[in-house]
Amino acid sequence: MRSRKIEEAIFRGIMIAATLVVLSCSILILATILIKGLPAMNLDMITKTPKGGYYLGKSGGILNAIVGSILLTGGATLVSIFLSLPVALYANVYADKSSKLIAFTRVSLDVLWGVPSIVYGAFGFTIMLFLGLKASLLGGIIAVALLIFPIMSRGMDEVMRMVPKELLNSSYALGATRFETALKVVVRQALPGILSAVLIAFGRGIGDAASVIFTAGFSDRINFSLFEPAATLPLAIFFQLGTPFPEVQERAYASALILTIIVFLISIGSRILIRRYSKHVIK
Amino acid sequence: MESTSHITVQNLNVYYGDNHALKDITINIPDKQITAIIGPSGCGKTTLLRAFNRLIDTVDGVRITGKVLVDGEDIFDPRADVTMVRKKMGLLSQRPYPLPMSIFDNVAYGPKIHGIRKKKVLEEIVEHHLKMASLWEEVRDRLHEPASRLSIGQQQRLCLARGLAVEPEFILADEPTSALDPKSSLYIENRFRELRSQFSIILVTHILRQARRLADYIVFLYLGELIEHGPVNEIFENPREERTREYIRGVIS
Repeated sequence: MRSRKIEEAIFRGIMIAATLVVLSCSILILATILIKGLPAMNLDMITKTPKGGYYLGKSGGILNAIVGSILLTGGATLVSIFLSLPVALYANVYADKSSKLIAFTRVSLDVLWGVPSIVYGAFGFTIMLFLGLKASLLGGIIAVALLIFPIMSRGMDEVMRMVPKELLNSSYALGATRFETALKVVVRQALPGILSAVLIAFGRGIGDAASVIFTAGFSDRINFSLFEPAATLPLAIFFQLGTPFPEVQERAYASALILTIIVFLISIGSRILIRRYSKHVIK
Repeated sequence: MESTSHITVQNLNVYYGDNHALKDITINIPDKQITAIIGPSGCGKTTLLRAFNRLIDTVDGVRITGKVLVDGEDIFDPRADVTMVRKKMGLLSQRPYPLPMSIFDNVAYGPKIHGIRKKKVLEEIVEHHLKMASLWEEVRDRLHEPASRLSIGQQQRLCLARGLAVEPEFILADEPTSALDPKSSLYIENRFRELRSQFSIILVTHILRQARRLADYIVFLYLGELIEHGPVNEIFENPREERTREYIRGVIS
């Protein structure tokens, strides 16, 4: 009897310790960017583009990278949704449960999930050469879409697997086609999970530097054209950290803070959306 | 009998992989009556029911031979339009599965799919069929709330209304009261009594008393074989087959 209680206490201890490690890591990271970044934080950072000599410590901001990152990751997320939804719906509504193609697809996506982002950057670059594109917003969108596609599609796939088969049957029994069932029943039932898959993929995409370094390039101007280079926050952080000037390095931390706040805001926004759309979910 | 039968099954065999689930079933389902399919678990009751609206198609590795004629057309013919076959059948399953949408949209789902767009018409359809399922009074003020907020018994009546809204000819019910409390079960049974003049109802049940008090016609399956079928009194009072007698007496199950 006593040994079972000790066992319980040990496992409790391990779980608490693990939770504390994770929690303290995130607190430490947040504290670091807050302490180092706040002194350099000002309105100019988020309202101005880099002026001449910005990287030497002169005035300016990183609005170019904020706009660039949002456009690029937003675009990549959209592209990825249009790739991921059909894959997840095919695997869960159309294909046989025992389909070898689907099993193979799932394994491939899991492998792709683990491929380092620099490889997606290089692969995206190859595609760009093939299409005759130079470093541009479009190039970055392609590379980041490829990077986040496995994450998004597997996330959607997992939530759609949880949709009860009987729910699909009740739709079929009314004479609905598979397409109608997929769009009107499966997507609605899985919507909260689909939204969080999109959010996780967006968060992964907006923070990635390696996939955009060759493909999106960098620009000190705000650019809305798909075919011009676009600045991104991770690269802005990278360039500013790489300078020998402490005040510019501080701005790198301020940029990191901005990036974190963007992810945080989107996370809160999607949580509100998820709550709103989960009221119809059948348990 | 032949002329009034809307569903005719001819030499139907169903295999799940190596499992021969239904063995050479041939039967006429009588029109505008309640037919109860009875038999022990695993005897193929649900399989037979799901052959009628081809939901059986969605099972992996299923193989079907023989014919099921609905209104004279073989529904397993490759040229048959499966959505039209299913439109003729309202399904009520063991556990209610409302669709992930509002009460109103649940009932309007079928009619919308089959091309009704006008809001006014849809409103009438929804009200009419919720009344038929005797749910209207309870939900009239909260039609746009999620269906998931209803109780299980209400959900089952919602599923009935949803099935009726596509104006089927048949109601297929697969142990429709097995997840319900006694009061909700009684509700469903009473609805069936009212609906029997308009629809042919096929009811799968493992509750013999329910079959006896509700059904006009009994189909007894045992291990995938059709053992006996006939009017309810004949089967319960005077079964021809030994296995039917034993099942009804509770000797075999």
